[in-house]
Amino acid sequence: MNSTQAIIHHESTLSPGSILTLNQMGLLAFLVSEASLFSTLLVAYVTFLGRDTIGPTPREALSLPLAMVSSLFLLSSSGTIALAERQLHRGHRRGFQFWWLLTFLLGAFFLAATAYEWNELIHKHQLTISRNLFGTTYYTVIGMHALHVTCGLIAMLIVLSLSFRDQVKSEPGGAVELVSWYWHFVDGIWLVVFSVVYLWGRSA
Amino acid sequence: MELPGIDTLLANAVAEDLSIFHPVSPSGIAIAALAILVLAITGGIWLIVSSVLMYCVVRFRAQTGDTHEPPQVYGSMPIEIAWTAAPAIIVFILILVTTRTLWEVEISPPAPTAGDQTLFVTVVGRQWWWEYQYDEYDGKKLGFITANELHIPVSDPAQPRRVYLQLKSADVCHSFWVPRLGGKTDLIPGRVNSMWLQTDQPGVYLGQCAEYCGTQHANMLLQVVVESPAEFEAWLKNEAAAALEVESAARGRDVFQSLSCVNCHAVRGTIAAGTYGPDLTHLMSRVTLASGQIANTRENLREWIADPQQIKPGCLMPAFGLSDRELDDVVSYLESLR
Amino acid sequence: MAIAAQQRELAATAGWTAVLHEWTTTVDHKKIGIMYVLMSLVFLVIAGIEALLMRWQLFYPRHDFLPPDTFNQLFTMHGTTMVFFVGMPILIGVGNYMVPLMIGARDMAFPRMNALGFWATFFGGLLVYSSYATGGAPAIGWFAYAPLTEKTFARTAATDLWALGLLVSGVGTLTGGINFIVTILGMRCPGMTLRKIPFFPWTMLWTSVQIVLVIPPLSAALIMVLLDRNLGAHFFDTQNGGSAYLWQHLFWFFGHPEVYILILPAFGMISEVIPVFSRKVLFGYEFMAAATAAIAFISMGVWSHHMFTVGMSKTLDLYFAAASLLVSIPTGIKFFNWLATMYGGKIRFASPMLFAFGFLSMFLIGGLTGIMLAIAPFDFQLTDSYFVVGHFHWVLIGGTLFGLFAGLHYWYPKVTGRMLSERLATWQFWLLFVGFILTFGPMHIAGMLGMPRRIYTYDANRGWDIWNQITTLGAFLQTPSYAIFVINIVWSYFKGPIAGDDPWNAWTLEWSATSPPPSYNFEHIPVVRSRRPLWDLKHPDDPDWKYE
Repeated sequence: MNSTQAIIHHESTLSPGSILTLNQMGLLAFLVSEASLFSTLLVAYVTFLGRDTIGPTPREALSLPLAMVSSLFLLSSSGTIALAERQLHRGHRRGFQFWWLLTFLLGAFFLAATAYEWNELIHKHQLTISRNLFGTTYYTVIGMHALHVTCGLIAMLIVLSLSFRDQVKSEPGGAVELVSWYWHFVDGIWLVVFSVVYLWGRSA
Repeated sequence: MELPGIDTLLANAVAEDLSIFHPVSPSGIAIAALAILVLAITGGIWLIVSSVLMYCVVRFRAQTGDTHEPPQVYGSMPIEIAWTAAPAIIVFILILVTTRTLWEVEISPPAPTAGDQTLFVTVVGRQWWWEYQYDEYDGKKLGFITANELHIPVSDPAQPRRVYLQLKSADVCHSFWVPRLGGKTDLIPGRVNSMWLQTDQPGVYLGQCAEYCGTQHANMLLQVVVESPAEFEAWLKNEAAAALEVESAARGRDVFQSLSCVNCHAVRGTIAAGTYGPDLTHLMSRVTLASGQIANTRENLREWIADPQQIKPGCLMPAFGLSDRELDDVVSYLESLR
Repeated sequence: MAIAAQQRELAATAGWTAVLHEWTTTVDHKKIGIMYVLMSLVFLVIAGIEALLMRWQLFYPRHDFLPPDTFNQLFTMHGTTMVFFVGMPILIGVGNYMVPLMIGARDMAFPRMNALGFWATFFGGLLVYSSYATGGAPAIGWFAYAPLTEKTFARTAATDLWALGLLVSGVGTLTGGINFIVTILGMRCPGMTLRKIPFFPWTMLWTSVQIVLVIPPLSAALIMVLLDRNLGAHFFDTQNGGSAYLWQHLFWFFGHPEVYILILPAFGMISEVIPVFSRKVLFGYEFMAAATAAIAFISMGVWSHHMFTVGMSKTLDLYFAAASLLVSIPTGIKFFNWLATMYGGKIRFASPMLFAFGFLSMFLIGGLTGIMLAIAPFDFQLTDSYFVVGHFHWVLIGGTLFGLFAGLHYWYPKVTGRMLSERLATWQFWLLFVGFILTFGPMHIAGMLGMPRRIYTYDANRGWDIWNQITTLGAFLQTPSYAIFVINIVWSYFKGPIAGDDPWNAWTLEWSATSPPPSYNFEHIPVVRSRRPLWDLKHPDDPDWKYE
């Protein structure tokens, strides 16, 4: 790191009256762009609802109970990540790692449940991305979300390994907070996706 | 049947008029009137604002050597309100005239009824030619298909004759634009659009596809032949009939039917029933070939069939490697399809 | 001062490998800004050659200089290059260099992400251009209407490379937008509230808000195209229920705000140049600022004015026409405020102001032809004709490019420490000005005479010949102006007169730094009290903060 970087780090460069840190602002701006991305995919999903002439339809193919189970995993991981943050804030490193790892596992379960669901859809219902419009839009929306979950899990692993080297601090705009905000966002997106795909879309 | 219009066409080849300011249809006229109003308003705005700009540029030029700063003026609420309100009023007026012309120009097709003197045609845009399915005229079903040259009856203040086009596409997006007959409407695969034509001035009106649709987009030309009701009905009768059986063209017909031509082209009343390429039943009633690109003469027809790629590279008709003899025969046959 | 001198010394003795290493690994906003601008100029030359080839083909009716497929590839690449690899990057580049300096910061908020943004844009461009090596560039048009982009109709890998390239460069654009937002919101120097930032950063802020909102929909649509082409999806596969109409909505939802992304920074540069060269404060700053925000908002809601002829209902057509007309109100406000700034001033026509004058006179016309296009029924005739081609080149060159040249001539001394040649700049200006009018003026006429766009040739008997010929001549007249610009920036770098910190007697913070600034920008972070901190310093008896 050269002298320039040292200077940047040293001075507080926040604008007068700033409530958020630079990192927090950056992540929020990024999440706005992600919301825009998912909105577009959902617009496509909704556009094509009910327009298929060949099956399977959402009602035939989608299993609400399975989706609710996987949702439970994912949404409770928002709770566990908040608990992890609180542990870190109190200085309990082991506590933080426990809840953080639990969050990771819940997220991984969600992905496994999605994989199971896709396996059923492909083999039992012959639903692939090229099968019909529902297949096209379903795999794109769910797949894009699952990709975001995966990136979140990778970020969690990185933070976890940093934590084992005692390099993780509880600070506004720190890695833990940013990953946690991202994770809540991904869960929030799932709420919307779930409602559109499994609730509204199934009955359309 | 004679080749109607080719002389006219060639005579008009000196200067074809496609100006949007020479409209011959009610919608074209409405749009042109609106256009002139808008040009006048925007022209006036340009004149005023440009004058102010030029005035500033000339009057407030710095004198060399003058280093004193002029009085700093930070703003003025009244002025801001004034030059917000004035454009707002102009915008409001423009929205009003837009509304009026929109409602004048966009008309949904009615249902065909007997004696309505109205023509209904379905246009199917294809890479890079136009298919016309003549559906109904004057309440009577028609049911034939032709290509590339759209014949419509001329209208009359005493007896208006309207044409409603249904626009579909067999492949990619196209757009039907004959400027003197009005604005354009797109042909979108998976959608059905509609537009209407009406003019009381007979003639041949030109246009072309106005939505980029691939390699030969530039040569997807449009021709609308507006003719008297009598001429039009004669044309209808001829087109609706099955292909003429001409004895001298029998050998040519046999050659044609033995080649793969029949896979793509239809000649009604024969075994040729392909739907991929233009209907050839009355090919000789058209004055052009290759969707308006070349005149319909024996030489051109022969050259086209020998290798379409030489005339319209990238078009979807390949060269079939016909021998000279086969070419002559096929052309002779096609020339019998009047 | 000592550190800066030390840095210059070090740089002077470094070998070329060290210099190359420095530039490829830099996270300094100034170097990144320069790289953005230089990359864009290279793409500008390439896209310009593509244009000249097309113009030569169109000089004669039924000219056989280029086969149709080549022509179609050229207009696709010309449009794609100019929008994504010239227009946006060059504005982001100037913003990168100037915004931190203008708000009293030492760098952008995320310097490494800044570098990522540049390299992603560059690699995206390489990806798109690699299509030429796959047997031809894509021939789909820069807005790539489905289903022309489906495998059935676009068989080569060119379309995939195009989509992938834009996805990659889209990441770069997005990160750039995020960086600007956080920098401007979060790194202003003490005393600089949001109401006191100079105008250029304000326009960069709103440009970036638009980037964050509308680049993702484009990315989503590009992903859909790639899925259709490679995994058998059916988003735009109309033969299997897909929707060509959906593509148009998604694309133009991005595409219209995109043109405001291309113009707002130019508005910002003009708003810096006109006050300094008229020697007057910007008239009506608050109204200008509000108008900028209004334009950013309204422009997000007008996209289907590109789709007036697809068969939407009259009501929808009317809504989009009305909303598009509405944009002219805040745009007009800005225009009048610029005039009011000049009014009563003492105008010096140095090269930045010359280009600003070009901007004002030309953008006025471009805006007015935009009003014509907003009027839906008129648009039924004009859309997809050469009138539209004339209009958008008029606002992009007359607006964005002239504004950009004003900014480049204004800030070149700050970046290099030397003045550009006024004589060369004047030649450049007049050749460009006249050439540009000759090129794009006749297009409006050809359009009204029925000439559609994107045609590789036309028939002789339609009255279009003369307009095409004047257009082509105009294009060749413009060409030397770009060459003169390149000569000017290169020659002046070595031989131009030394500029000093503040050659224009200007008022914003960048002019308090040295020319060029040291890597850390400022010795001490400045503290400001008004929008024109240097005016306050130069006029302690009559500072701005008394009147703001």
